Amino acid sequence: MPRQITYRDALREAFDEELARDPMVVLMGEEVAQYNGAYKVTKGLWEKWGDKRIVDTPISEAGFIGMGIGASMLGVRPVMELMFWSFYTVAWDQIINNAGMVRYMSGGKINCPIVIRGPANGGTGVGATHSHTPENIMASFPGMKVVCPSNARDAKGLMKTAIRDNDPVMFMESTALYGELWEVPSNDEVPGGELIIPFGVADIKRAGTDLTLIAHGRAVITCLKAAEMLEAEHGIKAEVIDLRTIRPLDEDTILESVAKTHRAIYVEEGKPFCGVGAQIAYTIQNKVFDELDAPVQRVCSLDAPAIYSPPLEKIQLPYPEVIVAKALSIC
Amino acid sequence: MATAIAPSAKHADAPINQKLTPQDKLDLHRQMVRIRAFEQLSLQHYVGNKMAGFLHLYIGQESVAVGTISLLGKNDHVITAYRDHGHALAVGMSMNECMAELFGKATGCSKGKGGSMHYFAPDKNYWGGHGIVAGQTPLGLGLAYGLKYKGLKGAALCFLGDGAVNQGTFHESLNLAALFNLPVVYIIENNGYSMGTSQERSSAFKSCLAERASGYDIEWELFSGEDIYEVRARTQVAIERAHNESRPTVLEIATYRWLGHSVADSSHSGGYRTKEEIERHQAEHDPVEVWKRNLLAEGIATEAELKKIDKEAFTEAEESAEFAKNSPYPEPESIFEDVYWEVDNKTDSGRSGRHFFND
Repeated sequence: MPRQITYRDALREAFDEELARDPMVVLMGEEVAQYNGAYKVTKGLWEKWGDKRIVDTPISEAGFIGMGIGASMLGVRPVMELMFWSFYTVAWDQIINNAGMVRYMSGGKINCPIVIRGPANGGTGVGATHSHTPENIMASFPGMKVVCPSNARDAKGLMKTAIRDNDPVMFMESTALYGELWEVPSNDEVPGGELIIPFGVADIKRAGTDLTLIAHGRAVITCLKAAEMLEAEHGIKAEVIDLRTIRPLDEDTILESVAKTHRAIYVEEGKPFCGVGAQIAYTIQNKVFDELDAPVQRVCSLDAPAIYSPPLEKIQLPYPEVIVAKALSIC
Repeated sequence: MATAIAPSAKHADAPINQKLTPQDKLDLHRQMVRIRAFEQLSLQHYVGNKMAGFLHLYIGQESVAVGTISLLGKNDHVITAYRDHGHALAVGMSMNECMAELFGKATGCSKGKGGSMHYFAPDKNYWGGHGIVAGQTPLGLGLAYGLKYKGLKGAALCFLGDGAVNQGTFHESLNLAALFNLPVVYIIENNGYSMGTSQERSSAFKSCLAERASGYDIEWELFSGEDIYEVRARTQVAIERAHNESRPTVLEIATYRWLGHSVADSSHSGGYRTKEEIERHQAEHDPVEVWKRNLLAEGIATEAELKKIDKEAFTEAEESAEFAKNSPYPEPESIFEDVYWEVDNKTDSGRSGRHFFND
């Protein structure tokens, strides 16, 4: 029987393997060491690797993220946890101006091999301040890489790539997925002895012929549920494309799929204005306009700050029925 | 107005200064006058519309960069804010690359991508050149973290202005520096004014700005920056603390900028300080003159020899302006270089997926 582990454990395996591979890798963040991580993603790592490799920081995001960026300029490879990606706002200048731009402003003399990671999702009843999904914002800065794994296998393989990458990588996880189980091959089951997933390669999570659903992060899971409903209830075969990384972006996989299905919907948990879907919709109409049989559609989080009230929060985020309705409007 | 701190005597006898050879002392002079000449020439060409953006000049503060940086060894690092030309020349960057950067040329230290506020030379342990006030303070901490992580005996000198002490990142950095025992030396170059706002109008303090460090259990000192002997003697204590105890220090060095915050107020159009105040500093506290007096008194050089050094520095600066003028602008294709390491180095990762979105 194939091995199943949680998204959380998959990330921890990636950290553990990379800590063993490269002595310059250090995990830092609030509560990542002795507390085992606010979401237990780093559980057991401090006990195994000790104070030097797994470092608790005070609640001081601008300070410690900036410190990690400075250390990365000297060749340390910090993997920095934001307990919530929502806290990026207090470290904004450090992330954007320093990690994102120091390479350019130095004419290529410096690079920042840093990973900034943590959950970036709504839907957990924590209100607007803790429910940000800034992947579109981060991806708007040339110099940044943005990764949003939708499942445990991708989370592990992409995290290993992120840690080895020599550019700043913004790695966005989901608290709603941490406890979910997926098939993740063990190292002796994969070629080369370890699971590595390259950036810039989208994954077709479900093949289809009638409609292309494109998404990243947890919205991929929502799309897969919608695709099942579309097939079972309406006989519509939807293809589901998981971008996995937003920047770099695998446009070819999207365009080939749309050339086949002639219809596309972008689904994301972010807001519609300047969302990832806005960029993808532009690309589709620009590159394969003649292939389209209907305007490209989007399903996003409803355009207001994240609401607290649980039943309303549930419908503020994309859910399968809205995707089905949107699909029916163009199929 | 600027903090008036009298220089303390006897620093010439400090062990670190006793080590200086006559040639070393002449080199310190040469470095200061090179900075001054470079800045005078850059001002001339800025006014002549040869460059864009802002130009924040360091004239009057030369002894701080030259004195502190003269103490550094191979594992010591430097990072500073936007008034960065003096530190750049002091770490050994060439006038040519620095001037060409101001002109926006491909031969500039950042290939014309950074400008005045963003000089870098990691091969000389110089990490910028940062435009956002206090934005460099956590980076300096990170350099110290990296040194400690790698088990190297070194220090990170992180320069900031008196206007930077009220930014949150500076305080976060102090907390982390003390908490993690990091070998960082924060050097507040206090020229009395954060842009056009005096220290009294911008900062709440008891005796001085560096004293805030005591709240974080960090050693601190306040002293005059006009005499290189004093700058070296007192900064050396902080560097040794970093090297031997891996502990941070905050130094506040009183200094004075002769020109405006930028060229925009170089004729003191802001009215935030008096002509008399500026002239008094120029007449009584010019670090180049102070050092010159030392050299003459010690019989290390004659007036004529020092004049020759001044002239050489000015010629070098003029030549750098010629070099900059005659250098090509960067090619349009270079806009997309130096964004991603993986793309620049043509790795598999750099070729996978789309990195730029121009169409």
